[in-house]
Amino acid sequence: MSDMSPKPVSALDRATFEGPLVSIAEAGPVGMITIRGDFADAGFAKAVEAAAGVAVPEVRTFAETATGGLGWMSPDELLWVLPYDDAPKAATDLSAALGDSHHMVVNVSDARTVLRVTGKAARELIAKGAPVDMSPAAFAAGQFRRSHIGQLAAAFWVSGDERTITIVCFRSAGAYLFAWLSESARDGATPGLY
Amino acid sequence: MPHRLNSGGLLIDRSKTIRFNWNGNTLNGFEGDTLAAALLANGKALMGRSFKYHRPRGVVASGFEEPNALMTVGAGNREEPNQRATAVELFDGLTAKSQNHWPSLGFDVGAVNAAVASVAPVFSAGFYYKTFLFPRVAWKHVYEPIIRKAAGLGPAPTKDDPDTYEHFHAHADILVVGAGQAGLAAARAAGATGANVILVEQTASIGGRLLTETDVTIDGMSGADWVAAQVEALEAMDNVTIRTRTQASGLYDHGYALCYERLGDHVAVPTGPRHRLWKVRATRTIITAGAIERPLAFANNDTPGVMLAGAVRDYLALWGVAPGAEIVVFTNNDDAYRTAIQAYEAGLKVPAIVDCRKDVNGALPTRARSLGIRVIEGSVVVKVKGGKEVSAVQVAGYTPSGRVGGAVETIRCDCVAMSGGWSPVVHLFSHCGGKLRWDEDASMFRPEPERGAPIGADGVINTICAGAANGEMSVADGLADAIEVGRAAAKEVGFNIGRKAAAAQVDEPAQEALQPLWFAPSIGKYSHGSKHFLDYQNDVTAADVELAAREGYESVEHAKRYTTLGMATDQGKLSNINGLAILADALNAPIPKVGTTTFRPPYTPISIGSIVGRDVGDLFKPVRKSPMHDWHDVNGADWEPVGDWRRPYTYIEPGETREESVNRQVLGVRNSVGMLDASTLGKMLVKGPDAGKFLDMMYTNMMSSLKPGRCRYGLMCNENGFLFDDGVVVRTGEDEFLCHTTSGGADRVHAWMEEWLQTEWWDMKVYVTNITEQFAQIAVAGPNARKVIEGLTPADISAEALPFMSYIDTEMAGVWARIYRISFSGELSYEIATPAHHGQHLWNAIREAGAPHKIMSYGTEALHVLRAEKGFIMIGDETDGTVTPQDLNLNWAVSKKKEDFIGKRAQSRSFLTGKGRKQLVGLSTADPKTVLPDGAHAVEDMSVAQKRTIGHVTSTYWSPTLQRSIAMALIEDGLSREGEVLSFPLEKGVVVKATIVDPVFYDKEGAQQNV
Repeated sequence: MSDMSPKPVSALDRATFEGPLVSIAEAGPVGMITIRGDFADAGFAKAVEAAAGVAVPEVRTFAETATGGLGWMSPDELLWVLPYDDAPKAATDLSAALGDSHHMVVNVSDARTVLRVTGKAARELIAKGAPVDMSPAAFAAGQFRRSHIGQLAAAFWVSGDERTITIVCFRSAGAYLFAWLSESARDGATPGLY
Repeated sequence: MPHRLNSGGLLIDRSKTIRFNWNGNTLNGFEGDTLAAALLANGKALMGRSFKYHRPRGVVASGFEEPNALMTVGAGNREEPNQRATAVELFDGLTAKSQNHWPSLGFDVGAVNAAVASVAPVFSAGFYYKTFLFPRVAWKHVYEPIIRKAAGLGPAPTKDDPDTYEHFHAHADILVVGAGQAGLAAARAAGATGANVILVEQTASIGGRLLTETDVTIDGMSGADWVAAQVEALEAMDNVTIRTRTQASGLYDHGYALCYERLGDHVAVPTGPRHRLWKVRATRTIITAGAIERPLAFANNDTPGVMLAGAVRDYLALWGVAPGAEIVVFTNNDDAYRTAIQAYEAGLKVPAIVDCRKDVNGALPTRARSLGIRVIEGSVVVKVKGGKEVSAVQVAGYTPSGRVGGAVETIRCDCVAMSGGWSPVVHLFSHCGGKLRWDEDASMFRPEPERGAPIGADGVINTICAGAANGEMSVADGLADAIEVGRAAAKEVGFNIGRKAAAAQVDEPAQEALQPLWFAPSIGKYSHGSKHFLDYQNDVTAADVELAAREGYESVEHAKRYTTLGMATDQGKLSNINGLAILADALNAPIPKVGTTTFRPPYTPISIGSIVGRDVGDLFKPVRKSPMHDWHDVNGADWEPVGDWRRPYTYIEPGETREESVNRQVLGVRNSVGMLDASTLGKMLVKGPDAGKFLDMMYTNMMSSLKPGRCRYGLMCNENGFLFDDGVVVRTGEDEFLCHTTSGGADRVHAWMEEWLQTEWWDMKVYVTNITEQFAQIAVAGPNARKVIEGLTPADISAEALPFMSYIDTEMAGVWARIYRISFSGELSYEIATPAHHGQHLWNAIREAGAPHKIMSYGTEALHVLRAEKGFIMIGDETDGTVTPQDLNLNWAVSKKKEDFIGKRAQSRSFLTGKGRKQLVGLSTADPKTVLPDGAHAVEDMSVAQKRTIGHVTSTYWSPTLQRSIAMALIEDGLSREGEVLSFPLEKGVVVKATIVDPVFYDKEGAQQNV
């Protein structure tokens, strides 16, 4: 019989890369919940805020909390980031709180790979693959994009302390994105625009 | 370096000697040289052979517009053809060789073409068109092999590129293209307002022509000093970025520009990426790309030593190189007099300036005369003498009717500096819809934004030319224009531009008007090898263009393709205007009426590597990996692509073949138990009050009637009634369903659902989320399946508690699990979903629990055999986009009760209900050992010569269970032909006979799964 209290293992099992100007680390299991609903509905906004500890974010932003935060995914979709172990119950509770109103709350923690990129060249590393103005002025802390990096769909944001860029992609593509970013950072080729 | 002058050479460092290898010889140059400058310094005027005629060719220009001096640069796996020697920076150890010559540059067999051409024009205009027509046989046996040997530019590299490349997305308020005087002024004017500016310059040095023109001062500074002051000012601005060796290669919609940065071409081995392709999105783009000088068309104007006048000046001023010791200037304008003056001041001989104009009295001609230089007015060069290098020119009077008049004088020289005037570099402006107008006075096309210009998403013009690129050819006018444009752009972007600074004090020689000269008449017979070249790189002459016009190719676009004018790697940078002027003359039409051909990106060729970026080798395409991917990999997985996934086709154990491994797995499932990684199956969570109603539309069968906790197999059709996906739908709640899709179809089905919800049924209250990757899913199938998993879960999974087509949420091996009792193999079968991060854990646990039953991991091929034995269809095998559920005898899964579903109306059309539809049947081959090839066609009648196909094999396997071949096929009216024997003619006269049978080959009653 196998171990009865198995630990969740993320796609890259916390792999790391150290480049000359940037470090990349897979974050391990991270809780993530997709929330769909009507943002304009006061009941919805209230329930989400009560659950996540932060109000529904503005367009293309990420509202950070001590344990995660809320990201704006589309006019009717939010990404709730929270500790992995909390996600199943949090999803059930929020769905219950939303009651009969038309909504969807679904735990997608395992469907994703989360990478954290730090270092001087972090912003420009993202800009090698994403059609986003990653300059500090344009992409300040709290900015959030659902875009692509190279050939892959990805969402990313800059942490409040400006030190870390968190990238979320599909779990199945995590290994590719990690390799792509590592390769792009390997030779220390930094455009040096910002 | 015999042609290196003792002084001059703004760009070179004479203290740093560079050794390089050219055509096997070691030569010296200085740091800062281009390859062309260093070759000229070494007296190597002959740099290549031409494309068609293999005529000797030397360098014509000094910049990126160079048509002739194409080299193969680098060696081994860094060898790269067709590099312009004028754009290649010299570095220690550089190797280069000229192209298009055989056996040597000095003696070339291909030059026989030219000799032959003087008698019979082998490569005249429209050669390819005519050759295709007549005689056909000559193309295959004569022309094609000979052309292949003789023609072509440098050979394509065959080795893997060791360098890396990358992309970079950058955003700017203003992109300024070209760092000459106008670019510097525009960038400074815009940068001073605080706007975010990127200034790109294709060469390694900043300043453009201002570095060469020694007779210009700005605010009392020499051109070079003024440039240095601007660079210093710009570098002090945090909001301005200057990138040298970076060419804006293409301009696209809404301010999107591709800039090609060459980081590693000036060193032997790059330390980082060799090239970086910038994807710049700028709110405004200012094109300050300057102007390119036009050659003149005169006899033998392609002889090495005939160069653009401005280029001759560049070699003198920038690299301290004398292209010749005795330089004759041939011009139709004042500007070229600068070349004569600079050459004279450098101590070279200038035997004459030949000017087609009469009464030339401008400031520059006057100064030339004062230096004692002979000016021959109203005359033209009628012929260049010399073969591999210029030895003399013949000069004669030029009559107002365009003919040669008077005596012919021969003037000894080794270099001809020609100038036909300057053309603004409007390429980038034109890439994205910019329109041009013909300026009659200046004889040039210049931007006319009023008639059309690149626009942004807001419909407002976002790209503007300034300086020489805008036709403002003097320094003073160009500066003023650039400052104006720079300020206007900053203002449009939203910056406060403040007061305008006082205009710069520019001191420069005034210039008088040029006289258009599109063709300098020759003496003697044209056919005797004396050619007036327009397009050097493609060997197109003035006569070719005239011939094209005579033969009816009157449109400039047709004439271009017929003659290949402007179709070489330089895209006609020197030849376009001259070519269309000659076409206009031949058609007796004004130049603007003839128009220009369309400029297209890239401005000069860019490397394929830069386009591909990082996506090479293992990164070529993302591969999706299931949570158990690594386990499969170390346990013998033989991979196959399924969508972007890799799935184990089979697991091969030591000593067995692929086929044997598949048979082993099939029998393992049938006789005991097997396990399959089914994680890649698509999973769409569909929720909302209208979810049932929505799914009733998406699927052909009824989904709203499904009870919570139950599963139903469903079919999805498109509007045309054709089947495109299938899978098991699970009702997970009163208003919630989980729809399984095919592995390759998940994203398509998700997009399909969203499209209907967003565009047609936006009033439906339904949310869809693709949760494919949330779960690892493991199929456990076989008579012992229940025995394997029952000990792993506290749930009751007995036949009564968990009947066929139901599911239960529970735990398994200590983790959350959802156990579905569904089957794609016909055996007792479960599919267990668990959060992906626990997938490997559960896989291990099931393997361990299955060990006593010899549980076998099976791949997709065994899955296919198992389903085919049961007659189950596979999307993509039995369907091809033209097949309905009815064709597959799946009427039971098409609701008759529902008012509507996608495809319903189409399925009632006569074509889909009438006779003659291909229908799914099983096939039993006469010889049970014979496995029909996939796709084999059945024919109606073997006895006739023209055999008619009545269908084809869609799935075919060896069935290890039944110990015989099995196959399915789509056969015309197949459902009513059971028992018929069909013929499948194969290669080499083999005909396989097979009887139409029921496609369910195994356990038709379903006894195996009802346990």
